[in-house]
Amino acid sequence: MSRLVFELKEPPPERCNLSSLIPERLAGQVLRAVERIEIQTTRRTLRVGDVFRISPTEADEIRFEGGSERFDYFGMGMSAGRIVVTGDLGQQAGRAMRGGEISVSGNVGRLAGSGMAGGRIEVGGDAGDLVGAPLPGEATGMRGGIVHIRGNAGARAGDRMRRGLIAIGGDAGANLASRMIGGTVIAFGAAGVRPGYLMQRGTVIVGGGAEEITPTFVDSGVHELVAMRLLARWLIDEKIEGGSLLASKPRRLVGDTAVLGMGELFVLA
Amino acid sequence: MKNGVAVDDTFAEAFGMRATGVIITADTPEWAHQAAVTMTGFATSVIACGVEAGIDRELPPEETPDARPGIRVLLFAVSTSTLEAQLQLRLGQCVLTCPGTACYAGLAGEESIKLGVAIRYFGDGWQIAKKLGAQRFWRIPVMDGEFVCEDKTGLTKGAVGGGNLLIMGRDRIATLHATEAAVAAIAAVPGVIMPFPGGIVRSGSKVGSKYKALAASTNHAYCPTLKGRVESALTPDVGSVLEIVIDGLTDDDVRAGMRAGLAAVCALGAGEGVVRVGAGNYGGKLGKYQYRLGELLQ
Repeated sequence: MSRLVFELKEPPPERCNLSSLIPERLAGQVLRAVERIEIQTTRRTLRVGDVFRISPTEADEIRFEGGSERFDYFGMGMSAGRIVVTGDLGQQAGRAMRGGEISVSGNVGRLAGSGMAGGRIEVGGDAGDLVGAPLPGEATGMRGGIVHIRGNAGARAGDRMRRGLIAIGGDAGANLASRMIGGTVIAFGAAGVRPGYLMQRGTVIVGGGAEEITPTFVDSGVHELVAMRLLARWLIDEKIEGGSLLASKPRRLVGDTAVLGMGELFVLA
Repeated sequence: MKNGVAVDDTFAEAFGMRATGVIITADTPEWAHQAAVTMTGFATSVIACGVEAGIDRELPPEETPDARPGIRVLLFAVSTSTLEAQLQLRLGQCVLTCPGTACYAGLAGEESIKLGVAIRYFGDGWQIAKKLGAQRFWRIPVMDGEFVCEDKTGLTKGAVGGGNLLIMGRDRIATLHATEAAVAAIAAVPGVIMPFPGGIVRSGSKVGSKYKALAASTNHAYCPTLKGRVESALTPDVGSVLEIVIDGLTDDDVRAGMRAGLAAVCALGAGEGVVRVGAGNYGGKLGKYQYRLGELLQ
């Protein structure tokens, strides 16, 4: 059974691991079995039924009515289906996701989309630090898919990102796309200090300027590029605001020459 | 007989081919057209040119990947390897070189062949790969900015080449006028091209020659100046013959193209100097596809 509504009874008493509540793991399970899934992160047992009131729905999706910043590992490893959350989520939402879609109306904690390889995460509010980043010890962060944050993002969004898109509607924190290997990161608002710090390849676009540009980036001038039009058209198709890119002639900075220096930082403002 | 025009009880014989398509965009429709015309030059017949290529249609900005004016070009060949090799040559020499152009996949075929994946090396290490969704693009630095080219394009093995119409008229000018009308009608059909100059062939050929070195020679039965001297296929009232060769992405596309061309010629009628319409075939022994003119009239 993957057409379910999880209604929050009351705020959870501890941080919860919701990694089991993904469409492919819920498929074929009866309601009672779903209620008995353990979600605790301490030694005290906590089951889905203790936190949520579950009911079936006709919609082809899983819906969470009520979220919490204590709900961690949400949608972890999911490969198909759609989960809609009215509320907030904790850390590592969509971690290692391979497909499907998570739509969150509120905020998400740190490491949203960490190591994801496909699918889409829609965040209505803000995201914490390290969007799409790897966990300690991992070589690469995000390897595909789309993370769309309508609000602001914390520090180091897109850290060690290899492929995919992170689009931030608001402002980005410090070191946006740090150590980036490839892919595209866009902040339509302003960026904190040193976007693209130690990036090797990839594209970073900042709409509202950056607090400080890394001195190891070199100016390659103002250009009207077909690639930006292509990107803008794709963003429009993906329902991500991108029309401003079509008309802009951004300044292109190339770097980070402290490392490979094949990345690019576009500053639109 | 239709509108005074005799329609031969015969059929056009056509062959299975491989085909691909690309979309060329540029800053203006004129430059997109220039690149497309250059790319499809010397692509009239697979016998000597490797591919048969032509412009399928113009695309408005809202239908192209980068929201600029574009043109869809189709290329046909007898083998995948030849098609891929010719595409690489023509992309590199005719599109890459043309100011402001970009090149994208123009066919969603069941298989794919190389497009930008090979030409990217022109970037000498400065090329940039950009993957947007499922599509990969290459950005190659060139002197006017960047040449953007999609990684691969589609290939179809269900294409058909060699649909044709033989338009016979009272004299050379009347025949040209009627054939131009047919070309205009066929050009409006999506998924087909007419690879010869302006869509028209004036030197139809037959298989073989009296000269051993030649595999093909002039189709003497349809040469009006040889009437009386050879066993001619032409009646005394025919003063000139022109041919339209049609390649299409599918059997139905070729059929639709031939139907449109035949209707346009017949609509002009005998009063405009059109005498007869025929079609070329090899007795039905060589080609997989046959298009009977009588059926196309219905």
